[in-house]
Amino acid sequence: MIYGFYVAAVIALLSTVMVVTRRHPVHALLYLVVSLLAVAVIFYILGAPFTAALEVIIYAGAIMVLFVFVIMLLNLGGDAVEREGEWLKPRVWVGPSLLAAILAAILVQLVIREPVATAPMRVVAPKEVGVALFGPYLIGVEVAAFLLLAGLVGAFHLGRRMVGRQGRT
Amino acid sequence: MVPDVVDPALVLSVLMFAVGLIGLLARRDIVFMLMSIEIMLNAGGLAFVAAGARWQQPDGQVMFLFILAMAAAEVAVGLALVLRLHRLFGTVDADAADTMRG
Repeated sequence: MIYGFYVAAVIALLSTVMVVTRRHPVHALLYLVVSLLAVAVIFYILGAPFTAALEVIIYAGAIMVLFVFVIMLLNLGGDAVEREGEWLKPRVWVGPSLLAAILAAILVQLVIREPVATAPMRVVAPKEVGVALFGPYLIGVEVAAFLLLAGLVGAFHLGRRMVGRQGRT
Repeated sequence: MVPDVVDPALVLSVLMFAVGLIGLLARRDIVFMLMSIEIMLNAGGLAFVAAGARWQQPDGQVMFLFILAMAAAEVAVGLALVLRLHRLFGTVDADAADTMRG
């Protein structure tokens, strides 16, 4: 268990450094997904399975898809056909997939060998999180709803095409 | 039962935050700057979850949920700004938008 934690921590740190040092945004994005998956494994080891699931679904899923969409829309880099050819080369994806495979091995080992009840940390179940979230932190949930609405309106406003500079439509 | 993975988790969150901060300061590509902000927010969330695991309370995870909602809103607005910058200047270099430089 502890050994799995350290492997996941090294993977998280390594892939984070790779994110910052890559030249191409898509390569950095692949490593960022691996980094988030490693942090999700760490959450699981820390006894927070609900948070680990949310990390995978929302961070590594939804937010990263948003990044991919914007990078595709911007069409950064050189010629499209040449870039497609470059992406199919193994050296682009072999690093992230290797790290992700190690993470998957850790997770499988955790699930098979150690039942959740014998984890070193007491597992804080999703039910407790929900009770806390909709009990003392209810006002925070309301404010988060406001924030998401503001983000939606702001993204819509900024992403809209300007029709004429002084028309301000 | 002293949880002995909490301290390494906090150290890891500090290191990840530092890497994200270095990336934010060193890169001028605005997409990379947004990614670095994501790294830093994620490191902060890791510190919250580790602290919540230390006292075995759900509060850390609740705070992580709030950080998650904030990161989602921030990245939506930030990427809309990236699109706007690219449309106006034809580049994603953050130094291109220096109209307000004193």
